[in-house]
Amino acid sequence: MQNQYTDWKQALRSGLLGGAITVLLSLIGIVTAFSNTYIVNKVISFGELLIVGPIAALSLVAIQKARARHPGLLILTAIISGLTSGLVILALAGLGQVINLRAMFLNASNDLYAIYAYKQALVPGLLLRLLVSGLVGALVAGFTLLPGRIKAAISQGLLYVILVGLMGRLIGTVLNTWGFVAILFKWMFVANSLSPIGAIFLFLLTGGLAYWRYGRPKTKQITDPKKQKLVRWGTLGGFGLLLIFLPNILGMWFSEILDNVGLFILMGLGLNIVVGFAGLLDLGYVAFYAIGAYTIGVLTSPELGFFNLTFWQAFPIALIMAFLAGVLLGLPILKMRGDYLAIVTLGFGEIIRILVLSDWLKPWLGGTQGIQRIQRPVVGIGEFSITLQSQQQLYYLILAGIVLVAFVAVRLRDSRLGRTWMALREDEDVAVAMGINHVATKLTAFAMGALFSGIGGTLFAAKIGSIYPSSFQFLVSINILSLIIVGGMGSIPGVFVGALALMGLPELMREFAEYRYLFYGAALVAMMLTKPEGLWPEARHRLEFHEEETPPPEESEAVPESA
Amino acid sequence: MALLEVNNIHTYYGNIHALKGVALRVEEGEIVCLIGGNGAGKTTTLRTISGALRPRDGHIVFRGEDLAKYKPHQIVEKGIAMVPEGRRIFARMTVMENLEMGAYIRKDKQKIAEDLEWVFELLPRLKERRRQVGGTLSGGEQQMLATARALMTRPRLLLMDEPSMGLAPVLVEAIFDTIVKINKEGTTILLVEQNALMALSVANRGYVLETGTIVMEDTGEALKKNPRVQKAYLGME
Ligand SMILES: Nc1ncnc2c1ncn2[C@@H]1O[C@H](COP(=O)(O)OP(=O)(O)OP(=O)(O)O)[C@@H](O)[C@H]1O
Ligand SMILES: [Mg+2]
Repeated sequence: MQNQYTDWKQALRSGLLGGAITVLLSLIGIVTAFSNTYIVNKVISFGELLIVGPIAALSLVAIQKARARHPGLLILTAIISGLTSGLVILALAGLGQVINLRAMFLNASNDLYAIYAYKQALVPGLLLRLLVSGLVGALVAGFTLLPGRIKAAISQGLLYVILVGLMGRLIGTVLNTWGFVAILFKWMFVANSLSPIGAIFLFLLTGGLAYWRYGRPKTKQITDPKKQKLVRWGTLGGFGLLLIFLPNILGMWFSEILDNVGLFILMGLGLNIVVGFAGLLDLGYVAFYAIGAYTIGVLTSPELGFFNLTFWQAFPIALIMAFLAGVLLGLPILKMRGDYLAIVTLGFGEIIRILVLSDWLKPWLGGTQGIQRIQRPVVGIGEFSITLQSQQQLYYLILAGIVLVAFVAVRLRDSRLGRTWMALREDEDVAVAMGINHVATKLTAFAMGALFSGIGGTLFAAKIGSIYPSSFQFLVSINILSLIIVGGMGSIPGVFVGALALMGLPELMREFAEYRYLFYGAALVAMMLTKPEGLWPEARHRLEFHEEETPPPEESEAVPESA
Repeated sequence: MALLEVNNIHTYYGNIHALKGVALRVEEGEIVCLIGGNGAGKTTTLRTISGALRPRDGHIVFRGEDLAKYKPHQIVEKGIAMVPEGRRIFARMTVMENLEMGAYIRKDKQKIAEDLEWVFELLPRLKERRRQVGGTLSGGEQQMLATARALMTRPRLLLMDEPSMGLAPVLVEAIFDTIVKINKEGTTILLVEQNALMALSVANRGYVLETGTIVMEDTGEALKKNPRVQKAYLGME
């Protein structure tokens, strides 16, 4: 019975932890804040999910750690865990009645206790809470005992209901732009959340899909090369069409986000060359972004009135400026490595920002007031020309920029130069011993990165039409670096995924108001713990982190001993 | 004229006077070995020859040309290749990619392909593993790869820094066999070794380096019989 005893202890511990997490979330204030943010209208709120979620998760842990195999014992374990969590919550509510917790925890309010008690009278309500906690444990245990296929269906169904429910408001804004097509979906939503009918429908749909897909091979292997090609071009074409219509599908608000994410992708692709390919830690990357943007500003703004060029006349000049700045910064730092390089580039970034901010250059660069009325790009000729102004129009400009830059980045990666960067990143001394001119090689990496960042800057200037020094903070460099790390150092698709996750996700999380960065931080930590090599790592890096998954050499027959 | 002539070079690390007038000479077709204790300056000597370090005084003359005016990557083009200490391969590149990096300075695709075959013939183990990522090779295989990669530059002079370090006796023998083979096929070798016995056995001539100066020079056989060398480097009483 030793085993059973440890199981109980484990269940108790899990329960305490689950309760503690719930209490913590409550005291931070999110439970109260989201008690009226419904996932399924009037049925379950996000606040309630934050109470029940940890309890359920920790009962699951208790079951998984349990050594007993008997279903009855497992269910009991989970119930104990759930009840324990419930008791922790009750303890908080009880304590709140005796002493004034609000002196210390602002959010330990009567509202919170009322939520705990399902808005009933306190004592019966809290007893109900305890009962529900135990029940949650039992349900979780029941869930684990189901066959795999049903488990997959249920978890997928729940996941979608929760996600769609949480995104209810955003989906609403999207649906509003769809006109009559929206009628197909509108019935699923009530007051920015799923309607009960909608939730059931969604659950059955996604769950059913998971049920049907379970155990089937992921994709049918197509062997016919002709067909393969067709499929490849088909997907590519479909994806292209989707990209083209995306602003129309998603509407204004999302287009703005897409534009922002797009700019970060553009710059991420550039910094990825410097940091990912060549291994040079550049923390001043925002400088080139600023140079690109300010060159456009100075050359086109009628407010300053020096040149009054059009956007496209100024564009190549801006790129040349950014490129030259890259070379200029590259020259003195080529002998440096690692930390020193990081510090010097960081300094360079700050110098540019301070120059732009300075009174000294104010007549030319506008100082704190920045530069307004930057010329928008005009495309087309003669009568058929339009000025790109709305976020939806600028989307296409940014998209074109990304396509171009991504293409160049891929070509560079696979080129002789790309190899050379990689060698330099791996071992500079040895690379030199192979006859690589490390000065020239590093310089090209720096200048290419700067050029890409400059393109980002020009598009940024075109997009917002006025620029201020505050747009070019050190934080921008850090954000770009982070998105590369999150996506996977040196990986081109990783830049896209990283930018979407790092720049797009927080926008989607506006739902969470001031708690946005809390969830966002938690999501990032979880991401880095589960995928330390990045969300879409370059094949080489994957090897570094998952050594055991190294594919075996192709010839595996007996290897002769001597060389 | 000797292939390589090192004339009284003085190399410093900041204020540390690491080489105090090292002089040595390597003739075309020879294997010359440089032995000496830890910190004697063997690696420093090789790095000075390859251009990674600059001597503050003295000259290095290769095929009649003073190397002082060349940058490290140009010295590779002159025909001096280095197998660095401690198997420094490009860990995240495959064996093939490592070898391609070795041929970086060369343009003639045909010749490169031929040399690749030649290198694989010398070190068949690498051929089997050509798709494997460098970092996952065994220590011995990594040493072979570092050697092969240097050979891909088609050097006239190959500098090898402790190729046998940390290898099992069987592999040490294999590595030395390879060194002899490489030499027989026309590459001159300057070899730095802690394993003095093996090194002196394969070398035509040898130098003994102590705290930054050459203290002895003789044929390999003679040095092996020299009582001082035997005592200090061959572990014999
Ligand atoms: N980067 C450096 N900075 C300062 N001193 C150095 C540096 N590299 C080597 N030295 C010093 O120069 C001297 C010669 O070092 P070197 O590496 O050439 O020795 P070695 O003969 O190769 O030794 P080992 O057999 O241990 O490899 C040593 O005293 C060492 O401490
Ligand atoms: Mg050494």
